[in-house]
Amino acid sequence: MSERSDQGDLLVVRGLVAGYGAAPVLHAVDLTVPAGTIAAVVGANGAGKTTLLRAISGMLRPLAGGVQLAGEDLRGTPVEQLVRRGMAHVPEGRGVIGELTVDENLRLGGLWRRDRADAARALDEVYQLFEPLARRRRHLGHQLSGGERQMLALGRALVGRPRLLLLDEPSLGLAPRVVARTMALLRQLRDRTGLTVLLVEQNVRSALSVADQGVVMALGRVVTTAPAADLRDDADLRHAYLGF
Amino acid sequence: MDRFVFLTLDGLSRGAVYAAFALALVLIWRAARVVNFAQGAMAVAAAYVAYSVSAATGSYWLGFLAALAAGLLFGAVVDRVVMRYVDHASPLNPVIVALGLVLLIQAVLGMVYGSEFRPAGTPFSREGFTVGGLALLSPYDLFVFAAVAVVVSALAWIFARTAVGLRMRAAAFAPEVSRLLGVNVGGMLTLGWALASGVGALAAMLVIPTELGLHPHAMDLVFVSAFTAAVVGGLDSPPGAVVGGLVVGLVLSYVSGYAGSDLTPLAVLVLLLAVLLVRPGGLFAPVAARRV
Repeated sequence: MSERSDQGDLLVVRGLVAGYGAAPVLHAVDLTVPAGTIAAVVGANGAGKTTLLRAISGMLRPLAGGVQLAGEDLRGTPVEQLVRRGMAHVPEGRGVIGELTVDENLRLGGLWRRDRADAARALDEVYQLFEPLARRRRHLGHQLSGGERQMLALGRALVGRPRLLLLDEPSLGLAPRVVARTMALLRQLRDRTGLTVLLVEQNVRSALSVADQGVVMALGRVVTTAPAADLRDDADLRHAYLGF
Repeated sequence: MDRFVFLTLDGLSRGAVYAAFALALVLIWRAARVVNFAQGAMAVAAAYVAYSVSAATGSYWLGFLAALAAGLLFGAVVDRVVMRYVDHASPLNPVIVALGLVLLIQAVLGMVYGSEFRPAGTPFSREGFTVGGLALLSPYDLFVFAAVAVVVSALAWIFARTAVGLRMRAAAFAPEVSRLLGVNVGGMLTLGWALASGVGALAAMLVIPTELGLHPHAMDLVFVSAFTAAVVGGLDSPPGAVVGGLVVGLVLSYVSGYAGSDLTPLAVLVLLLAVLLVRPGGLFAPVAARRV
């Protein structure tokens, strides 16, 4: 396990403008995630949450602004190099490859690593963490249930031992019990390994319950950044942007 | 009965070559969603390289190795220099570009080597062993079977058991997710083209000596047969391509043996049409839907 590093900001986003075609979806977004913390980006449908994650991981080329990971500028870094810098992105819909087996999906997450022994150790750890996956190693991805796919996507990211985990709507389509378990796991990973998480969620309640920091987005802008606990308790803000 | 045995063995021997060539088509289809109509011309170009090397060195085997290397190289070049810049939004675009490549390659070969048939040698005798007056497989047939078996097994092993095979499959199924997991998707695509083109070159080396000889159009009919084989097996299925190749080889052998060789090109088209009408996904079409 990597030592826990609380000092400094792991992810710094400055003036990020991005979108599809000519019209930007994100308008000069600023965001800072300290190392070893969980940040939750919440907001209505179409607020630009998914676009934000895609622009951070380079799947979408930013039109302006920049992203720094542990002080390193990521501009011009090819997407396939980001795992090597310690960033894992679990995309919307989770990106489990249905034609590959559970085991192949998981091994894929560590294939880029030079340290083969540690990649094998990380794979074993993920199987211990997600018992149901260990029982279904030879099953194809598309044979899994929604909850199992969630585990597989998360596990595959963890096999790469990331410093920063980008999670897009982990609660989507899952039973509340499964969502609660996922959120508890994120907190556990943060505490045990110093993992930093940037989480995008429609499910505001569960996202703010696990996060240290809440980021409220509306129409492609960051409206408010505050400790998650404060956001949970701020009735005006909840009514205005989060609808509960 | 004797005739049936002979035609069956002969059909399997040709079928092995179709299987290899169909497998090459399937490899590119799986990796890039392109039916590589230029594969025949590319394979012939590799065979001409073998011809030049063998003529210069006097060694069949050096030419054989040169053909394989040239095949790998041509595949990579076609991907990097041509196909990468083709807009794949419409499936027709890469097909038209591939057909353009056929014209280009065949024209260049015609200019450099002329368009007469050149003799193509074999490393083993094509004289069949006779058992009790019945002509069976020749040493060359056995060489063909062995070469195809080695290549098919090697490819199966690469894709199923190695890290690079896993990367190639992942890149083909889910390019975006694969990039997020650190896979160099463009590199895997180039590798897929190279492997497929290498297999195509092998098939050309095996089949050309059994036909009229080396000629810029030497693989045209083989391409049609192999394409039929790939469709019979379902374009997505490597085992299907191998079985499809053997089936097409047998059908053509029986048709040419019992009904006359004039009918074989027609028989290929009838088979292609029949499969497309009855089972458009091919005999080995996966049961599950692709999209998840």
